[in-house]
Amino acid sequence: MAEPALRFDDVTLAYDRHPAVHHLSGRIEPGALMAVVGPNGAGKSTLLKGIVGVMNPASGSIARGPSARRVAYLPQLAEIDRSFPMSVYDLVAMGLWGRIGLFGRIGRKEADRIAEALAAVGLSGFERRPIGTLSGGQMQRALFARLLLQDAELILLDEPFAAIDARTSADLLDLVRRWHGEKRTIVAVLHDMDLVRRAFPETLLIAREPVAWGETAAALAPENMLKARRMIEAFDPNAHACHRDAA
Amino acid sequence: MIHDTLIAPFVEFAFMRRALVGALALALGGAPVGVFLMLRRMSLTGDAMAHAILPGAAIGFLVYGLSLPAMTLGGLAAGFAVALLAGLVARVTVLREDASLAAFYLVSLALGVVIVSLKGSNVDLLHVLFGTVLALDDATLYLLASVATVTLAALALIYRPLALECADPNFLRSVSPRAGGIVHLIFLALVVLNLVAGFHALGTLLAVGLMMLPAATARFWSADVTIMTIVAVAVGAVSGYAGLVLSYHAGLPAGPTIILVAGGFYLISLVAGSAGGLARSLWPGRHLEA
Repeated sequence: MAEPALRFDDVTLAYDRHPAVHHLSGRIEPGALMAVVGPNGAGKSTLLKGIVGVMNPASGSIARGPSARRVAYLPQLAEIDRSFPMSVYDLVAMGLWGRIGLFGRIGRKEADRIAEALAAVGLSGFERRPIGTLSGGQMQRALFARLLLQDAELILLDEPFAAIDARTSADLLDLVRRWHGEKRTIVAVLHDMDLVRRAFPETLLIAREPVAWGETAAALAPENMLKARRMIEAFDPNAHACHRDAA
Repeated sequence: MIHDTLIAPFVEFAFMRRALVGALALALGGAPVGVFLMLRRMSLTGDAMAHAILPGAAIGFLVYGLSLPAMTLGGLAAGFAVALLAGLVARVTVLREDASLAAFYLVSLALGVVIVSLKGSNVDLLHVLFGTVLALDDATLYLLASVATVTLAALALIYRPLALECADPNFLRSVSPRAGGIVHLIFLALVVLNLVAGFHALGTLLAVGLMMLPAATARFWSADVTIMTIVAVAVGAVSGYAGLVLSYHAGLPAGPTIILVAGGFYLISLVAGSAGGLARSLWPGRHLEA
């Protein structure tokens, strides 16, 4: 069997010692198109942060395989300072960071690729607009254009279709499908169960603890959904140290 | 007539020429740093850190008198210490960075004034609080010029990651895990360097003046970082020149007059600025077709 794109080995990700993702083990195959679903506070975004390396596991380890060296990460919309005076062009161009780095010039070839990416998300003509003037959907399109340029093997999307109209999410979903066709590995945090059932073959249902992981229809079976819903959201301030052995 | 008013003071007096060179150097280095401080929502951080420099410079003064190297090194050490401590306190304890900075700078300012008073006179105290832009010697001018040079070179070097760290730090971390922290430290170092430079010319209380006022002024004229930076440097330079001329003819203290001129530019821009000024939002004109 080929090496997995991602391997989780008894991973716990914690805020101030309180676990947000608790004892997760498993693997994601190269080329997978996987949804991560679960109630609010279930640790979905935290899991993505752990994969990118923005957060380090409190215990256990996350290993990226050779087919997942280049990672692109789409954070939740709210985490970007949109009052910063930056043009759409500059925002999207930063997708080329891996190639141009600190000083690289944006030459003819790069400029063409940026124009292509903007066209692919339907934002041609928006180059000079400050990002602060974009609507939520337009901003998400711009961020997808940046993802396009990053040309990553592993793509992590945190609620990519939240608060976005039907047409925009359909357009962006087409891009996701295109990436899937190009054998990239995709992990997306989502809330729309219909969309997950329709478009994502594999699903991880998580409620701090992993509840179910596998083929989407099976993972989202009613008994699993019920179990996830029973998760207690609040931290127990008097919780004891966890001594569960590695499975 | 025009020559007498605008140029003669600088032809006639060496101290005016030196003051002008010093003010231009400060504007060149400080204004771009101010623009990024503003964009990082750290405008008041600069102010707090300017006060934090005082006890270090004051200890240098206590030991060596009005010595440039001693006061510079003391100021740099105190500035770095407070910047790092405030960051550390914010990361390790419940207090946010702005609150811990406020605590540090109040203590620092009080401590600095007490230390200077131990040995010096009220004149010395005025010197450290408001600077001596009309008494810049060669060594100080070299220091100001060096700081401006280092600042411009360093900013050019870290421009891309710094802008990204302001706008979308998570993205920067995802493409380059350590860049954000390194860039932030380099930037803080530039802030301290420019504050120490400003301290020699304008004193601890006004050192941020040629940093923040031009930056805030520039924000009213453009929404583009490059243009903002150019406008800020221009506003700083013109304020330095006009402030000196005004103080010469009206017999006003030079440092505060420079800052007042910059403040005047700020007020005018606040009202008339084309990018988000008061007039624009009060009388926006008829709405467009699309």
